[in-house]
Amino acid sequence: MALDDRKSDFKFVGTRPDRPDGLDKVTGRAKFGADAYAPGMLHGAILRSPHAHARIISIDTSRAEAHKDVKAVVTRVDFSDKVEFKPGLEGEFWNVLENVMAGEKALYDGHAVAAIAATSALAARDALKLIEVEYEVLPHVTDVDKAMEPDAPVIREGAADYSVPEGMHPNVVRYHESGHGDVEAGFAEADLVIEDSFVTEATHQGYIEPHACLATLGNDGKGELWCTTQGHWIAQKTCAALLGIETSQLRVTASEIGGGFGGKTTVFIEPVALALSRKANRPVKIVMNRSEVFRATGPTASASMDVKIGMKKDGTITAAQGVFRLQGGAFPGAPGDMTAMCAFAPYNLTNVRQVGYDVMSNRPKQAAYRAPGAPMGAFAVESVLDELCNKLGLDPVDVRLKNAAHEGTKASYGPRYERIGLVETLEAAKAHPHYSAPLKPGQGRGISCGFWFNHGGETSVSLALSEDGSAQLMVGTPDIGGSRASMALMAAEVLGIPYENIRVTVADTATLGYNDVSHGSRVTYASGLATIKAARSAVEKLCERAAAKWGIPADAVKWENGHAVPSGPNAGDFDPMPLADITADMGSTGGPISGHFEATPEGAGVSFGTHIVDAEVDPETGKTSVTRYTVIQDAGKAIHPDYVEGQYQGGAAQGIGWALNEEYVYGDNGRLQNSIFLDYRIPVASDLPMIDTVIVEVPNPGHPFGVRGVGETGIVPPLAAIANAVSKAAGVRMRQLPMSPPRILAALKEDG
Amino acid sequence: MVEVHLWSGLRSLTGGKQVVEVEAATTGELLRALVRVYPQLQAPIDAGVSVAIDGRIIASGLSEAIPEGAEIYLMQRLRGG
Repeated sequence: MALDDRKSDFKFVGTRPDRPDGLDKVTGRAKFGADAYAPGMLHGAILRSPHAHARIISIDTSRAEAHKDVKAVVTRVDFSDKVEFKPGLEGEFWNVLENVMAGEKALYDGHAVAAIAATSALAARDALKLIEVEYEVLPHVTDVDKAMEPDAPVIREGAADYSVPEGMHPNVVRYHESGHGDVEAGFAEADLVIEDSFVTEATHQGYIEPHACLATLGNDGKGELWCTTQGHWIAQKTCAALLGIETSQLRVTASEIGGGFGGKTTVFIEPVALALSRKANRPVKIVMNRSEVFRATGPTASASMDVKIGMKKDGTITAAQGVFRLQGGAFPGAPGDMTAMCAFAPYNLTNVRQVGYDVMSNRPKQAAYRAPGAPMGAFAVESVLDELCNKLGLDPVDVRLKNAAHEGTKASYGPRYERIGLVETLEAAKAHPHYSAPLKPGQGRGISCGFWFNHGGETSVSLALSEDGSAQLMVGTPDIGGSRASMALMAAEVLGIPYENIRVTVADTATLGYNDVSHGSRVTYASGLATIKAARSAVEKLCERAAAKWGIPADAVKWENGHAVPSGPNAGDFDPMPLADITADMGSTGGPISGHFEATPEGAGVSFGTHIVDAEVDPETGKTSVTRYTVIQDAGKAIHPDYVEGQYQGGAAQGIGWALNEEYVYGDNGRLQNSIFLDYRIPVASDLPMIDTVIVEVPNPGHPFGVRGVGETGIVPPLAAIANAVSKAAGVRMRQLPMSPPRILAALKEDG
Repeated sequence: MVEVHLWSGLRSLTGGKQVVEVEAATTGELLRALVRVYPQLQAPIDAGVSVAIDGRIIASGLSEAIPEGAEIYLMQRLRGG
């Protein structure tokens, strides 16, 4: 996207005004997914497979249907299986359908097999017991390495795509290989080569708000859906395809969202509620409980990885190679390719090769989780780098600086970088008091870099001015990280009116053109760019109206600080005209003044971060405490610094959970053993230190204000930074996450 | 002619070549030309690719101009959380 007028001097952008949703959230006025009600509403409940892998022989719903409180029962036959509808039920749509309601086989513990709508939530749950399902239990596999072995049970024959080399197990469904140079020659040049293997477990995004929706679908094919989601257009498109209705006939409204982190970028209960509503001819509400969230919504992939890096005595990396195997549940989609492409991206490498595998297993369908795939790869790569620094007696920040990618570096995934800010984050780390602070006995310090691409995506924004000079801005990206505030700041900057005079609304699918999901750290970048362009288009109209009032040519008017002012020697001598004076009578000077913008912005800037972590380990209990944490990350330009810092801290907090405690634990029977928060341990406030932040600003050349996304990069370095700190504190290299107390004790024991 | 760098996993579809040459002035023309010369590239392109032009990643647009002598990389389309 051509950017004619880059801006670097700001009045509103970079300030920290109150959040627009603050009052709603602290008073309970905000309406989340479960806060919607409708007259005559029924409650839905879903029957789930207790088996990790089983053929469904029969489902008898007759006893449930006969129950007085039950108004509808659905199974797979109540969804579309038509391929003629465009977009048809193939590819990912088919996978989503198979995930929201099992077909011939139940593919994981928790897989939906039938659903009921009844007059109360309790009645619906009770009536599930009346459904009789006959299963033929099949062998299962939940471990990524075992799922690739020759004798592993086949989850679905024919799911592999073009990329998979011949001879691989049918559970390997996608293969990625990239790199450049000659790694063998590079390893031969090294003074020290370290090769090691690493494992990470699946973790859940752990959003506080479970999935919830209220759906209405009539037999006329017209529907309404209210749901908690990161993207209501993808919900609209997917549900319409799965129900066999026209996309435009389904209006979807996004509720306030209680966290998503990538896990709400697809649908789970929404098509089921719509199918129940169509059958019962009544609105149907479904709210998941936490156990359902864990068992049947997307955790991240788990990973098994081999990394080999060669280094000279002066710290120069001569070659790097990684093999990353990720399982993403019983469907294609584990981001092994992204892991591979991101793993070595921070470094300027002459010889690099990376391989990624997407492997199916009998687990729930993985969903995106902040920078999907990148944190695992960084864990493996940055652990090996740390070990090289230890063995060669080199400073870990200096070594990273020596090898850091910069503008013009050929990235490990291919092209050359534009202007990037990795070096600036490393220099800030080196200069930060944390890096030189003394450690107490028993403590260790770790650092790690991290990379994420960031994304643009389809974006539509509309801005309308009111007669009193205030503005309403409609965006289509659910606010998962403070985007209403940052959009208002960017609109204020262009219009020159106060932040408080702009109300930002997340519009429904009937109100705006298509918007891609709030993911990929794209919202401040893409919706922000669209907001700036929409506001600029309104400003052009404001100038035209002022010119008409003054009786001078439109091009003789310019916009300054919220006023139209005459420009140039022949423009005449007029007092600046404030925005509100132009909008006051806009109805009679040409009509309403609005601005809008629709595009897929193509200038998202990649971003880097460097984290410093201090940790201490209790050798008796194996408990790890993170005692100090500093996040340094390039934001391009921080629009609302409070929210940027919040994203940095959130990434670190979730990374601490992933590194130390969180994991999916499966029994030998393939059933998830820890599907509630008591057993699945996420960090709480008392587990966390103050997380210090440093915002580095190296403007993205692809955004008018220089914005890079900030939502995802922050979760890339923590796993490795914490592992490096813990390994130093414990005196033994930790190669498996989470580094829970039993695993630490085992490592200490093994080390003698 | 434009030199297009592929990721190495695609070599099996181009007779072992990792850098291929096609005639194209826009991203859309580039993708069409790639399939014309190497029909097996249809599958990865359908699965989703991005085109990096001198380091700028064009996620999906078909009308981005490709300047003379630009460094072009085909990349797997990115996904985010």
